[in-house]
Amino acid sequence: MFRFIARRFLETIPVLFIIATATFFMMRMAPGGPFDKEKSIPADIKARMAAHYGLDKPLFQQYLLQMKHLLEGNLGPSFKYPGRTVNEIIADAFPASLELGAEALLVALAMGLAAGLTASLKQNSALDHLPMSLAMIGICVPTFVMGPLLISAFALHLDWFNAAGWFFARDRVLPALTLGAYYAAYVARLTRGGMLEILHQDYIRTARAKGAGGARVLFKHALRGGILPVVSFLGPAVAGLLTGSFVVETIFGVPGLGRFFVTSAFNRDYFMVMGSVLFYAVFVIVLNLVVDIVLVWLDPKLRFE
Amino acid sequence: MYFFLTRAAIAACFLAAVTGCGRRETLVQVGDREGMLRIGNGAEPAGLDPQVDTGEPEHDIMITLFEGLVDPDPRDSSPVPGVAERWDISPDGKIYTFHLRKNAHWSNGDPVTARDFLESYHRILMPALGAEYAYMFYPVANAQAFNEGKITNYDEVGFKAPDDFTFVITLDKPTPYLLPMMVHNSWYPVPISTIKKYGALDDPSNPWTKPGRLVGNGPFLLKEWKINSHILVVRNPSYWGANDVRLNSIYFDPEENYDTAERMFRSGQLHIDLQAPPSKVAFYRKYKPNLLNDYPLLSTYYYRFNVTKPPLNDKRVRQALAMSIDRRAICETVARAGEQPIFCLTPPNTAGYTAKAQLKEDPAAARRLLAEAGYPDGKNFPTIDVLFNTGAGHKPIAEALQQMWKKNLNINILLRNEEWKVYLDSTEHMDYFIARAGWGADYDDPSSFLELSITGGGNNQTGWGNPEYDRLIEVVSHTQDQAARYDAYQKAEAILVDEMPVLPIYVYTRPRLIVPDVKNWAPNPLDIYDYKAVWLEPQH
Repeated sequence: MFRFIARRFLETIPVLFIIATATFFMMRMAPGGPFDKEKSIPADIKARMAAHYGLDKPLFQQYLLQMKHLLEGNLGPSFKYPGRTVNEIIADAFPASLELGAEALLVALAMGLAAGLTASLKQNSALDHLPMSLAMIGICVPTFVMGPLLISAFALHLDWFNAAGWFFARDRVLPALTLGAYYAAYVARLTRGGMLEILHQDYIRTARAKGAGGARVLFKHALRGGILPVVSFLGPAVAGLLTGSFVVETIFGVPGLGRFFVTSAFNRDYFMVMGSVLFYAVFVIVLNLVVDIVLVWLDPKLRFE
Repeated sequence: MYFFLTRAAIAACFLAAVTGCGRRETLVQVGDREGMLRIGNGAEPAGLDPQVDTGEPEHDIMITLFEGLVDPDPRDSSPVPGVAERWDISPDGKIYTFHLRKNAHWSNGDPVTARDFLESYHRILMPALGAEYAYMFYPVANAQAFNEGKITNYDEVGFKAPDDFTFVITLDKPTPYLLPMMVHNSWYPVPISTIKKYGALDDPSNPWTKPGRLVGNGPFLLKEWKINSHILVVRNPSYWGANDVRLNSIYFDPEENYDTAERMFRSGQLHIDLQAPPSKVAFYRKYKPNLLNDYPLLSTYYYRFNVTKPPLNDKRVRQALAMSIDRRAICETVARAGEQPIFCLTPPNTAGYTAKAQLKEDPAAARRLLAEAGYPDGKNFPTIDVLFNTGAGHKPIAEALQQMWKKNLNINILLRNEEWKVYLDSTEHMDYFIARAGWGADYDDPSSFLELSITGGGNNQTGWGNPEYDRLIEVVSHTQDQAARYDAYQKAEAILVDEMPVLPIYVYTRPRLIVPDVKNWAPNPLDIYDYKAVWLEPQH
């Protein structure tokens, strides 16, 4: 196991290097620059600002310099927010995304597993069709529709919550539901699929034949194998959830990191783009590693591979 | 969906029960009680350094933290006493002597002196700072040369502080709009010793503006600043006019999404939403007019013609395009936020100036002009396109114009949509035929618009130039005689309307939503707010 983790860890180094390199050159190839504004700035002032941030150096030299800074853990200054560094912005914005993501994950797992298990146990009954149809709708209804609908119902009409913001405990409810519902729908469908496959296996029939009760069969024998697809799905999904959702953060005014992924590219905030891309990449890699470890633990077959 | 909504409802009920449900006191009501004004400010400020940061959301906050020599009158943005309690102007209009009030203080208790202004203006002119608005200081003797690094001795620049409470500005030539210009945040004093504590004076990313560090001289103090969440300023007890400030604090919410901010307004989280979504303006106008506050800005929406490319190098083609559209229809059925059609570049009543030269909408005359230019009934008209940037409703306007040109001139014009920075790159390099543009005045004077079209000006970007126009703006208009000055502008604007390097479409309005609890809030054409005079009064 240790060798497996060490090997996977070493593999991440070239992956991050390639991502950083691709991000650097793709960003610089995009037309327009960080200092272009509606009211154009005199060329010499633009040149001075570029020099201040080292953007006047040859491109390859800039690339080497940025790689050096990245190795030192210095993500650089933000062009859009001149008084702040990218490290500071990520440190400021990430906690809100992390919290929202964790709450949405709880919603997704609670709703998704319950619906998926019920459906798989009552296959082809109303308790299967109804949650699965709703899950399909949940997948199809985008968050930018779900969010305003929930706000309209629970904030504007019933007046139970604020329409947006991130200050009080109750401000967490609607964004977590909006973001969680979408993932819950996937979890429900994957759980149902995985469980149905397992429930038809011989060893389940054997367990039943030996007189094991329904709950024992379900939780001791079936669930471990049945949720494997969910676990595989959760790796990248959790990375996406925890690092922030642009749409949900925008609709609910959540001061998270998700917005920066999008706006930094629009602003040509080069260092911010690099910082947020690498941050997300590290998250995806680490969580995929965690998922692989969990899968090996859950599925004895994988230990031989 | 029902399934999820049911569960959502159950969860919501539970939480509402835990957190106290039912008709609760809204944040606006809490604000009324505590004297806290809550504003949806439209964007996260890039920063709060008055010499570096330039946008409106930044200005809305900086005006609470700093005060210049002159202050804007909230009714019309005209200059009234600020740190300077009075000023004298020499008969030739070149020397301005400001007499500073003796009771003005920084928030750390130090007095605000003429030396502070002398050192602050030194900083904004430092070449390495790269201040975008350093150009506002160019009327001052030698300021441009210093900013461009041609001279390095700041003593040669026309700023002097003969004593602690007298500040003298010497100009190169009379500039009657100097005082209106000084209302802008780039003329605020900055706390030099504080800035030095946190880095180099000329470092634009010096982090001196963070809460706990920022020292200001305005009516409020920076208390909290959390990125994308909020900025909180509280009343500054050391401000010279603190007794007249009625609000205890102002809470700026930087929500960028128009719809989100409007929903926050509706759910009682904001007293003021500075930018209502255009799609909702008609609703508010009809059903809740007491909440809607819209006022034309000194800001024009127009199209640029690239006059270096045929067929737009022919004035008759430009005139035909400009005369064959229906601006009123665009304002009323496409833009729909209360915009006003405009037939010249400078919005009406800019510092009392309204252009006499006005473009006439006349499709028949436009067809004749197009025929004279060699394209009768649009025949053989080359393929050209309109460039606009993504978002902010530019596409429907471009489509409407495309239709109007097809109908009235029988020409096909293509549309080209580009992402914001790509669009800026294209217009700067003149890689377009017709391009959307917008211009808001930096100060209340026609020159803020008419200087745009000076030959080779950075924001001209049309390739157009006219020696007589340049002479009128750069030479003739620099006179103390107001009538002669405006006469020069009238002549210049007539040249612009005849030559038509730009196609004016409408004057922007800023539709805001304001609850009636907010008292003494004065809208003005430069969109500069005076929070000192505002108070809150709950509606019963």
